[in-house]
Amino acid sequence: MLNEWMQNPEVIRLLQLNSDGLLFAIWETLYVTIISTLFAYVIGLPLGVLAVVGEENGVLPLPKWLMAVMNTVINILRSVPFLILMVVVIPLSRLILQTSIGTNATIVPLIVAAFPFVARLVEASLREIDSGVIEAAQSMGCSPFQIITKVILPESRPSLISGLTTAFITILSYGAMAGAIGGGGLGSMALNLGYQRRMNIILWVSVVVLVILVQIFQSIGTRAAVRTDKRIRSQADKKKARDRHKKNVRQQRRFPGAM
Amino acid sequence: MIELRNLSKTFPTEEGLFTALDQVNLTIRDGDIYGIIGMSGAGKSTLVRCINLLERPTEGQVLIDGEDLMSLSPAALREKRRKISMIFQQFNLLMQRTCLDNICFPMEIAGVPKAKARQRAKELLEVVGLPDKAEAYPAMLSGGQKQRVAIARALASDPQVLLCDEATSALDPTTTRSILRLIQDINRRLGITVIVITHEMAVVEEICSHVAILDHGHVMETGTVEEVFSNPKTEAGRKLVYPDETPQEASGQGRMVRIVFKGGSSQQPLIASLAIDCGVKASILRANTKTINGQAFGTMLIGLPEDEEQVGRAMAYLNSQPNLTVEEETGNAE
Repeated sequence: MLNEWMQNPEVIRLLQLNSDGLLFAIWETLYVTIISTLFAYVIGLPLGVLAVVGEENGVLPLPKWLMAVMNTVINILRSVPFLILMVVVIPLSRLILQTSIGTNATIVPLIVAAFPFVARLVEASLREIDSGVIEAAQSMGCSPFQIITKVILPESRPSLISGLTTAFITILSYGAMAGAIGGGGLGSMALNLGYQRRMNIILWVSVVVLVILVQIFQSIGTRAAVRTDKRIRSQADKKKARDRHKKNVRQQRRFPGAM
Repeated sequence: MIELRNLSKTFPTEEGLFTALDQVNLTIRDGDIYGIIGMSGAGKSTLVRCINLLERPTEGQVLIDGEDLMSLSPAALREKRRKISMIFQQFNLLMQRTCLDNICFPMEIAGVPKAKARQRAKELLEVVGLPDKAEAYPAMLSGGQKQRVAIARALASDPQVLLCDEATSALDPTTTRSILRLIQDINRRLGITVIVITHEMAVVEEICSHVAILDHGHVMETGTVEEVFSNPKTEAGRKLVYPDETPQEASGQGRMVRIVFKGGSSQQPLIASLAIDCGVKASILRANTKTINGQAFGTMLIGLPEDEEQVGRAMAYLNSQPNLTVEEETGNAE
């Protein structure tokens, strides 16, 4: 039985250690997801912060037109279906990376799709903060910048970690679509080998590995969110908080279409 | 010295401008514990937030030692705010920081070196009686303990003024008392001027030297606590001092006399003396008295018999007593 399996060309393909194998696909998926998440936060985190502090009664009120422009851009980008966005940003990928196909080229549309989503996730986390704490900081003579870096961000850390989990697994799932523009990874494996070339074993293995990856990161994320939350005291509270974070992640992530 | 001059604050609402404060004038001397009391919606919280400009008054001046805060640049105002600490009803501690780090926070903002700040924070935890809670997180503390940490945090910047915005309203009576003791102790030991915002008479009676009664954005009465509480001159004042007093329906029989106590001994058996010495049987219709610093304050409404002669004797007796005034009620008092 095992021998029979080992001679199956699909299984042989999966077990290859070069760029054709499953291991490499997992690596590519993680690489694309990590880099995209990183850059999505580099752009999305400041935007999310500005969306909260820049409001009329925020700690750093910004001109109304600026807020309107920012919100409009975020909303428009969030409405474009990802498959379309991938095609639309091809010129941008060419400009930045000199290429519009391949694994690296999938990172650009992922960032463009994810940073507005991240901005909204961050915004939602920051809005959970009790305004009294910000008022207390103001009464102590904090500057707006100090309030952001020393009060708003640290106080919403558990929620931000929960949001990061959502962003990470959403980007991971979206990365699976990258197969369509020649990117690598598990999604491409499932699509190009599993589906197009009818290699059923490869299709199912890719899907199962994707699901397992999502579960692993969701679990790591919610645990980290709960562990860093100093408001939680008892074991029972911990369990409740984990369930709450998991529910949040499930509700906030997007399938499929636009983020 | 804190002086509020012609302070007004209006908020735009859907039905037009809402006036939260209207031409408020107050002078608070250094070292006082000054109570600002009023019903909810009277404008207390707005008033206290105008003192450190968390709310910018629409017009008027906020003078601290003669310096108008309204004229300061944002940076200079932040500098000034470090000398005006504030504590809150909901404590507003940083939940993700330990108690020690919470107390270090104002010093961190001011750029005090970390080692020095931690040393000072530990001293302050001693002052508020929680030396063993340095590494605890606020979620692990009771309400009273949280407020103690908040007080320690407020003291970390060596303030001249401490603003207390309903600081004991979320606490039970015993804890309230202990927090008030702490505030009083701080006022006496460090000479910090304290401004107490509250809707509770008991808080003002317990620690304040002076009081202002605020109603619908107006300051109705000001003075020492004894003056204002023994004989409130305005309707708003009476409502606060004697909250249970309801308008008296005319009873139609007998005569009613209102006795206002102004600080005589609370031990004196006035009604019994009236019966034994004058032979007048008085009935107590209503009484609302308080003991402030061992002296009786408040009012009592007594009913006397129709008999003119007896009324005359009773009035003569009452009028001869020190520290109280007597006035005859005409039936519908209020």
